[in-house]
Amino acid sequence: MNEVLQFLGPVLAAMLTAATPLLFAALGELVVEKAGVLNLGVEGMMLVGAVCGFMVAVNTGSSTLGFGAAMLAGMVTAALFGLLTLGLLANQVATGLALTLFGVGLSALMGQGYVGRPVADVPELRIPGLSDLPVIGQALFGQDALVYLGLAMVPAVHWFLFSSRAGLVLRAVGENHAAAHALGYKVLRIRFLAVLFGGAMAGIAGAYLSLDYTPMWAENMTAGRGWIALALVVFATWKPVRVLAGAWLFGGVTIAQLHIQGHGFAVPAQLLSMLPYLATVLVLVAISRDVARIRLNAPACLGKVFHPDA
Amino acid sequence: MNRRTLGKALLGVAGAVVALAVGTGGAAAQEKLKVGFVYVGPISDHGYSFQHDQGRLELEKALGDKVTTTYVENVPEGADAERVIEQLAAQGHKLIFTTSFGFMNPTLKVAQRHPDVKFEHATGYKRAANVATYSARFYEGRTVVGQIVGKMTKSNIIGYVASFPIPEVVSGINALTLALREVNPKAEVRIVWVNSWYDPPKEAEAAKALIDQGADVIVQHTDSPAPIQAAEERGLWAVGQSSDMTRFGPKAHLTAIVDDWGGYYIQRTKMVLDGTWKSEDTWGGFKDKMLYLAPFNPAIPADVVAMADKTKADIMSGARHSFTGPIKDQSGKVVIPAGQKATDEQILKMDYFVEGVVGRLPK
Repeated sequence: MNEVLQFLGPVLAAMLTAATPLLFAALGELVVEKAGVLNLGVEGMMLVGAVCGFMVAVNTGSSTLGFGAAMLAGMVTAALFGLLTLGLLANQVATGLALTLFGVGLSALMGQGYVGRPVADVPELRIPGLSDLPVIGQALFGQDALVYLGLAMVPAVHWFLFSSRAGLVLRAVGENHAAAHALGYKVLRIRFLAVLFGGAMAGIAGAYLSLDYTPMWAENMTAGRGWIALALVVFATWKPVRVLAGAWLFGGVTIAQLHIQGHGFAVPAQLLSMLPYLATVLVLVAISRDVARIRLNAPACLGKVFHPDA
Repeated sequence: MNRRTLGKALLGVAGAVVALAVGTGGAAAQEKLKVGFVYVGPISDHGYSFQHDQGRLELEKALGDKVTTTYVENVPEGADAERVIEQLAAQGHKLIFTTSFGFMNPTLKVAQRHPDVKFEHATGYKRAANVATYSARFYEGRTVVGQIVGKMTKSNIIGYVASFPIPEVVSGINALTLALREVNPKAEVRIVWVNSWYDPPKEAEAAKALIDQGADVIVQHTDSPAPIQAAEERGLWAVGQSSDMTRFGPKAHLTAIVDDWGGYYIQRTKMVLDGTWKSEDTWGGFKDKMLYLAPFNPAIPADVVAMADKTKADIMSGARHSFTGPIKDQSGKVVIPAGQKATDEQILKMDYFVEGVVGRLPK
């Protein structure tokens, strides 16, 4: 029993950190999609955020400034997407894909002189006494600030979407943009703000990887996490609390497979590496069977172009 | 102008451009030998590809008046590699170094189509009339490292972040484990495969998982410094791979097994220049200066340093071999009998773990 607890504690702690970048990116995208915009460029925005955050942190020595820069960079990239899809009515799917490809290239170019340079780590918050509790001590009370911020964003986004007036308007825009427009709401402005929020969150997610998770910049270091975040939004049927559950599941499987290997269980490593993706696909299949539930939560105007004069 | 004539005109222009390009290419080739390098990672990985590029720079420095060099970095192993190698050959490179195991088959394919181009493939085992192979005896470094970590560990658990279960990596794990158990029979090695040469977040996760399982020394056979950072953060020890990674973990970094390709690249290029190049296999160790150990961490006690230096000297003089029997595999079966040394062939085909390694080898 003691051994199981010893195994569980570190796995839980590592799971929370592995889930954090997914959580930020997915919550941002959830708000964007609730406003009726499908931005497939999460991966690109994360990478641009990661490299900008890293560059600023290296040059200023402050990881706080780094995260600020990453947010801004994510927002600038997202603004580009907003300009193209909302302003110039470009196809959202194609523009989002282009944004990802653009972000991969741009971040590699910008980060050329920064690959392999060390940066100071973000210190972990330790709460004396509580952090030393068995099993849950480190997981709950020994993480860095961003992990807690990520967790706090879940109720915040939930409250905003489902209890605030602004959130109601945002959802209305996502459900029926024509009706919202008829009521006098600025559909495009609201969507643009949602896209900016998504960009800022993706930027933080990227900077979490380059400043905290592995304090270094490497080309393409997000390694597909932006796509996982996109899948998580559908997985969660557009509900913030379920995004958290999905991020934990994914983070948990990723970490557990490494621990299983270290313990020397006779399971092929390749199979274990596949597990997180397999889990995502399985859950997607499982929830997709229930058409009604997806229809109920999916924003009705998701991905549809809106033109105020039409 | 209708479409057809436009097309013809364009073709004509294209033809002229090609002729011009070939013309200048030919003239340049007479003056200088074009040498191409294909790297699996970015040259700024500060690991494996970085060291190959250091070798290229040494070559330019030594023979800059006779050669020009080109490199392509971040080339994925597989179909894309063939395209890149083909392109280098088509651009008139007469000597091409492909520096990763996974480039083996693409290199051979391209070599067949370009019999006049000489290829050098690192860490592989397939050769042809115009394809030579070269590698360093990385395992010699692992023997010395095994002794050091055996003395430094308190928990008797060594964490090993490994890339792919190929003989080069497996023989490294075994060499380290044998030396480790020689100085510390209670110690064991735990392996996590990350199935990548370069994936910093995953390498960090793997290192942290091993640390959480009690490892107090992290050894890696992947190329990024992420595992060193993980060990530094937890106040533990780590050993770098391919290049000196001290600045990523000044306290944690015990030493690193550093690859040194410059001498080989200069020697082989000279052979092409004076026409004595032939396809052969080069497998050099400490003695041939193809690898060395990064400066030791001052925290390593003097007696351990003395032991490591002696082991290295013995390997260089031939008094010691990394795989000297009796060697038993995990099931207890004797694979190298007492008094015998593993042959190069046995090392190059190693597909078992020795006693002391936790975890099975993926087949």
